[in-house]
Amino acid sequence: MADADTTARAGSDDRATAVAAERTSGRPEKITIIVHSGDFDKMYSAFIIGNGALAMGMEASLYFTFWGLSRLKKGKLDSGPLSKMHMLGLGKAMIKGRMKKRNVRALQDMARDFKELGGKIFACDMTMDIMGVSAEQLEQDLIEEYCAVGTYIKEARESTVTLFI
Amino acid sequence: MSAVAAAVSQSRGRGSVSTQEEVIVVAQIKVDCRGENCPVPLVETRKALRKAQPGDVVEVVGTHPSSKKEIPMAVEALGLSLLGVEENEDGEWVIRIER
Repeated sequence: MADADTTARAGSDDRATAVAAERTSGRPEKITIIVHSGDFDKMYSAFIIGNGALAMGMEASLYFTFWGLSRLKKGKLDSGPLSKMHMLGLGKAMIKGRMKKRNVRALQDMARDFKELGGKIFACDMTMDIMGVSAEQLEQDLIEEYCAVGTYIKEARESTVTLFI
Repeated sequence: MSAVAAAVSQSRGRGSVSTQEEVIVVAQIKVDCRGENCPVPLVETRKALRKAQPGDVVEVVGTHPSSKKEIPMAVEALGLSLLGVEENEDGEWVIRIER
């Protein structure tokens, strides 16, 4: 416990995470999610699961690639279509209206929460090359690192939970 | 800060507990998540716990039914102490956690 307390005071980590870490042989459990889809509803799945994991004491990494990476462009986080029943935007407008009534937090705020709770966002640099996207076009303050498959594998092999969305 | 984020208010109050040897100052941190949906109560609880000092008490008030079950699950996973869970007839619950 003494070590855990010292970690909590010294670094950005807190005591609770250190306690959770002690139970899993030194490191907190981790979830790594590949965010391949840029669909509005799937973006919500990624951030809700990521934030839930962080809230319950896990580490969390989101690896944005392909259509998912496009959502990291400035101001584009919630601009994706619905994966089903988009209906030229009519379906999405209806879902967004219902979400607002039910007080569902906006994706931009969920992304800030994710960052605040210590989550890491990785941007696939090959996708950036293919799609002609520069780092300046992306929400750079959200992104931890611009990287490739090796980083994903490193994150995934340290994880107890991995998802592809 | 968005309107939704602004609706989640946190307030702090300080009190002191005397023991024979020392005076320990503990904070009562209140998190109001009434009307908020998944995963906001869980996330706001975690934010408050991260800011709290060991010994501080975080009190979360909310109405989202699943969070009443899941916040105690998070408290257990984090190795913290659950001081109590209460719910009134209107489905409003209060969870108290010691950091």
